Amino acid sequence: MSDTASASPLPKRSLIQTLEIDTRLLGMVGAFAVVCIVFNVITGGQFLTPRNIFNLTIQTVSVAIMATGMVFVIVTRHIDLSVGSILATCSAVMAVVQTRFLPDTLGLGLGNPLIPWVAILIGIAVGALIGAFHGYLVGYLGIPAFIVTLGGLLVWRNVAWYITSGQTIGPLDPTFLTFGGIGGTLGATWSWIVAALAVAATVAAQWSARRNKLAHEQPVKPAWAELAMSGVTALVIFGFVAILNAYDVPSRVLERAFQARGETMPEGYTAAYGLPISVLLLIAIAVVMTIIATRTRLGRYIFATGGNPDAAELSGINTRLLTVKIFMIMGILCALSAVVASARLSFHSNDIGTLDELRVIAAAVIGGTALSGGLGTIHGAILGALIMQSLQSGMAMVGVDAPFQNIVVGVVLVLAVLVDILYRKRTGEL
Amino acid sequence: MTPLVEMKDISIAFGGVQAVDHVSIDLHAGEVVGLLGHNGAGKSTLIKCLSGAYKADSGEIRINGKPVTIASPRDAREQNIETIYQTLALADNLDAPANLFLGREIVTGTGMLNDAKMEAETRKIMARLNPNFRKLKAPVKALSGGQRQSVAIARAVYFNAKILIMDEPTAALGVHETQMVCDLIMELKAQGLGIFLISHDTRQMMSLCDRVSVMKNGQLVATVRVEDVTEDDILGMIIMGKKPAVAA
Ligand SMILES: Nc1ncnc2c1ncn2[C@@H]1O[C@H](COP(=O)(O)OP(=O)(O)OP(=O)(O)O)[C@@H](O)[C@H]1O
Ligand SMILES: [Mg+2]
Repeated sequence: MSDTASASPLPKRSLIQTLEIDTRLLGMVGAFAVVCIVFNVITGGQFLTPRNIFNLTIQTVSVAIMATGMVFVIVTRHIDLSVGSILATCSAVMAVVQTRFLPDTLGLGLGNPLIPWVAILIGIAVGALIGAFHGYLVGYLGIPAFIVTLGGLLVWRNVAWYITSGQTIGPLDPTFLTFGGIGGTLGATWSWIVAALAVAATVAAQWSARRNKLAHEQPVKPAWAELAMSGVTALVIFGFVAILNAYDVPSRVLERAFQARGETMPEGYTAAYGLPISVLLLIAIAVVMTIIATRTRLGRYIFATGGNPDAAELSGINTRLLTVKIFMIMGILCALSAVVASARLSFHSNDIGTLDELRVIAAAVIGGTALSGGLGTIHGAILGALIMQSLQSGMAMVGVDAPFQNIVVGVVLVLAVLVDILYRKRTGEL
Repeated sequence: MTPLVEMKDISIAFGGVQAVDHVSIDLHAGEVVGLLGHNGAGKSTLIKCLSGAYKADSGEIRINGKPVTIASPRDAREQNIETIYQTLALADNLDAPANLFLGREIVTGTGMLNDAKMEAETRKIMARLNPNFRKLKAPVKALSGGQRQSVAIARAVYFNAKILIMDEPTAALGVHETQMVCDLIMELKAQGLGIFLISHDTRQMMSLCDRVSVMKNGQLVATVRVEDVTEDDILGMIIMGKKPAVAA
């Protein structure tokens, strides 16, 4: 991440245009860099350590996953206040399914390898159903999304309570726990392999887009600019993985792992954590959501409806069904978030996901999603989540007390939107 | 000869307002029929029953003599009916190609949007309609009123319509661009399309249309052939609802 920052000096205007870089993305990356550098200075270099960067990423995942879905919701001029509660219900269902229902009621027995996967599938189905139901109420019955999901906020939070009778449920299945972050990482070698594959895939996608443009006799940026972009992409991806790989597993943790296998740890043995599986999940979701947003009909219709619902309707788009799909995607992402969040805790607790709706909406909005509809990007929302999480953890590291942390986050949210409005006025987007 | 379109006894009300009151109009292939009337006469509402935006409370629509149900814009497109709405119906945040192909995107073999192809096609049709149009990548909200109108016209013309509805297509256009649209109308008419044209420019209507139907307060005053009447006759119909002697 520090690489992203250092890779974004402010070149001349014309260069930015040649490279076709999104200036507002550049602005956000810049803001993020400033936050990181300021905290790094205040903490005397504690903020930008591999360990802290690792922690920052895994703390961001749950909110970031939901923020990608919130982009679609807000782009179509809706809102979802219920995501934290849906997360809680999905988490409760998955916890009960894997600790009681599957092992006892169905008699699979604890530790059956099917358990985590069936639990996750059921959780996703529950999230999808809840989301689709919200979407039906909004799209077909015309109840404002604000109201439907405000109701959902109360309903699903307490449905979760009833599912677990208000108890904390754990321990969760060991395989399930690998989605939590530090409990499931790829290690150095596999992280490098994944990074190499990711670089290959993004560069291939970039050049195939260029070929397609050329095939239709369209202007493309000069080859050197394309190469530069490929280079930056590779640098960012490899840099990120290099940082994560620089965080070594503490030796006592390694020792314990060897003991558990009945072996003794060789002298001087070290191992890196590498890419957390939860981060991999977030990246996969980000890629899929970006493809949906920019390359599919569904995404095109989402943005068209956000820009002008009447025009979308007159173009033959079924905007009601579209609303159902959007909220259903949101529900599915809440379920996936629930996997990460409960696995990170290693149990299901009653207050899981509390206030997440606010963090998720704030992340999407800081990331440039306009509440007036029609504008927003997936990568922006993820960056928004990252900025918020860095602010929060940075302040915690510095020792700012909790109430003041919240004040700062609140002010930043409002300021971010103000800056965005000013930016759009200047570029004529508004 | 059976008309291309027959709208018979169409009525539609919004709350207490009878926006269209038992109106019947028809249209033949290769014909331009103008709809005239003061603001709020019900012209847009009437043609929206044909374009699928509204569903008539009562009445019947026939295409080539066959009764059809047009319950949605999709149904209308299936009947090869294309519409340029008075409000243009563009998604302001999307660029011209995205708007032109909205609801009918070109996709690749894998089902992904083929933006490059759509942009190339847009470039082609715009070269014909408005050669000065270059802003293919900008969101249409950044375009001038006339440029936006060309996008809406391109969208209606691109998909080989048989029936074209144009609700004040030249309202935002300059003299030159208006002339280009008039030429386009004559060209499409020569190709055998049937065109419903709505405009407040009586003189323009006299020169473009074969027949005009005049509406007042939701009712049809009369339909006349333009060669049978003078401009004053038409103004009389619009303003006073006076039926000229030649009206059938
Ligand atoms: N969606 C609607 N809801 C309620 N009333 C409507 C609606 N659409 C039109 N009306 C009413 O129906 C009547 C006819 O409107 P319409 O738009 O068809 O007029 P028009 O002849 O196209 O006028 P103009 O020349 O100004 O475009 C008006 O009284 C209008 O207020
Ligand atoms: Mg009108």
